[in-house]
Amino acid sequence: MVTVSENLADAKNAELQDDLRDRPGLWKQITSFARKQPLGFAGLIVVLVFICLAVFAPWLSPFDPEASSYEHMLAPPGTTSDAGTFYLGTDDFGRDVLTRIIYGARTALFVGFTCAIVGATVGLVLGVGSAFFGGKIDLIFQRIMDIFMAFPLIIMALSIVAIFGSSIQNVIIAITIPFIPRCARVVRSSALAIREIPYIDAARANGFSNSRIIMRHMVPNVMAPFLIMLTAFVGQAILLEASLSFLGLGVQEPVPAWGLMLKNAQEYIRSEPWIAIWPGIAITLGVFGFNLFGDALRDALDPRLRSNQ
Amino acid sequence: MLQYVLKRLLLMIPTILGAAFIIFFILRVVPGDVCELKLGGDGGHYDPVQVEICQKNLGIDRPVYEQFGKFVVGIFTFDYGNSMDTGKPVTHEIGLRFQLSLQIAIMATLVTIIIAIPLGTISAVYQNSWIDYIVRTVSIAGIALPSFWLGILLLLFLLNFSDWMWGIRWSPPLIYKPIWEDPYHNVSQLIWPAVATGYRYSAVATRMTRSSMLEVLREDYVRTARAKGLLEKLIINRHALKNALLPVVTVIGIEFAFLMGGLVVTEQVFNLNGLGQLLVHSVTGKDYTMTQAIVMIIVLVFVFTNFMVDILYAWLDPRIRYS
Repeated sequence: MVTVSENLADAKNAELQDDLRDRPGLWKQITSFARKQPLGFAGLIVVLVFICLAVFAPWLSPFDPEASSYEHMLAPPGTTSDAGTFYLGTDDFGRDVLTRIIYGARTALFVGFTCAIVGATVGLVLGVGSAFFGGKIDLIFQRIMDIFMAFPLIIMALSIVAIFGSSIQNVIIAITIPFIPRCARVVRSSALAIREIPYIDAARANGFSNSRIIMRHMVPNVMAPFLIMLTAFVGQAILLEASLSFLGLGVQEPVPAWGLMLKNAQEYIRSEPWIAIWPGIAITLGVFGFNLFGDALRDALDPRLRSNQ
Repeated sequence: MLQYVLKRLLLMIPTILGAAFIIFFILRVVPGDVCELKLGGDGGHYDPVQVEICQKNLGIDRPVYEQFGKFVVGIFTFDYGNSMDTGKPVTHEIGLRFQLSLQIAIMATLVTIIIAIPLGTISAVYQNSWIDYIVRTVSIAGIALPSFWLGILLLLFLLNFSDWMWGIRWSPPLIYKPIWEDPYHNVSQLIWPAVATGYRYSAVATRMTRSSMLEVLREDYVRTARAKGLLEKLIINRHALKNALLPVVTVIGIEFAFLMGGLVVTEQVFNLNGLGQLLVHSVTGKDYTMTQAIVMIIVLVFVFTNFMVDILYAWLDPRIRYS
């Protein structure tokens, strides 16, 4: 015999399935995004291409990124050898520039994503926490953020690398630390508005713990500024890593990194300019992709900005 | 207004002290002191007597709170001690480079203004047209373009263009001469780094001008001006642009503060002996007194510029000082 509760459950299931059927499919969602945000969609494509390059680097690149070849030092683009063609030429160690750019995507995206995710997440927790507790905690926290924000990004990163030494881990730490207050500040201002909404009072009245209110009720509602900051940070981190490596304080040889390639190319700018051109295009395109995508995301997530665009 | 200025001025003090605290202690986190690091080199072997002499000379044998106190007093009296590398007073070394970096920062800001305000205005006036799309794409590209790479491209262009035009490969002069001694030499050396950094910063200002103009163009008084039959050119120049420029001034002011730090990499490309180059040199050479002094000066410029921008904004828009 079918009980009333089973009947109700069936009805609910049918309702849910109807809902799922009504929701547009992934393909439809993608085409709608492409139509509404053509520039953002172009950015997404660029980002996906770079992710593919980074993931499939060993299969896509024609040479070993660290293998030197003294016979083919500073070979111009299109030079052929027994091992294959150097489509973008070779550097001063005879290493294939195209291969190093493809592998460089790994370094750039690894640094970019790690710094952005860690920096934005820590900033999110601190920002929401500061807004939630308010009062003296918020005041002290804000002053500390002020102090960290007084250091220009590159200066802060440079100082940290100076102390701990240059390695990929230290570059990540150096870039992540200045990101934290920047995200915390933006998230805090959104969280302050959310704190005043009655459902937070309701959650308090229910006796939920502070951490539960912060994590379950406030954090999901500040996802929009968080995601916007996150995508902006990826691009900024790629640029910062390239800048630090260019100064010789970031990623060290023989790791393939775009900034490092530009640093070495400086000496040959008069005679072999191609070494300086390709890594720069890679940095610009990568950051451009993330910025375009981030801009579109901001427009889509922040209704206040829609009217301005 | 005076009360607002005083309040903002007082708020600067904890920020400066906090920044001094961070930079002072962050440089002392590394195990072993600067003398051991300097005299030990990479091998780590050093003569203890030499280290003691070095510590005494630099005053790092004193208690930490005393050293910090001296450093803080030095910030306000512009006495940062002696460079660990050259032994000369830090302020002397910095003074030589500061004018060069400051000049590039000013020139880059001018480049920013020349590019950003007309482009942002045109983009807003012709919103959603092909001009708008081009300006927006160019400005997003500007943010993505590393200024040091743009610098390299500029150098490449100069070399090839001069070769094609006059048959000589011309590149900017390497030796710095102050503008009052040889203006042509000075400008032909510094205009290129100013363009490379200015273009990048103009991207942010262009976007700000555009969105601010769009907002103002929707205001009622612009509609009234149009209803009166005023020329569109007059409406844009006299009515809209003047009011739209307020947030742009703020952005350009803040960008100027960033420029002092952001020049670090561009100076490297053009081989300019500015503040940024000195910072990189002192960082790699573990010259801690120099590093902390340069960082503090950049922080001071940054905090002070922000203060000036806030005051300017409050002066122009009275709502701010009463909120």
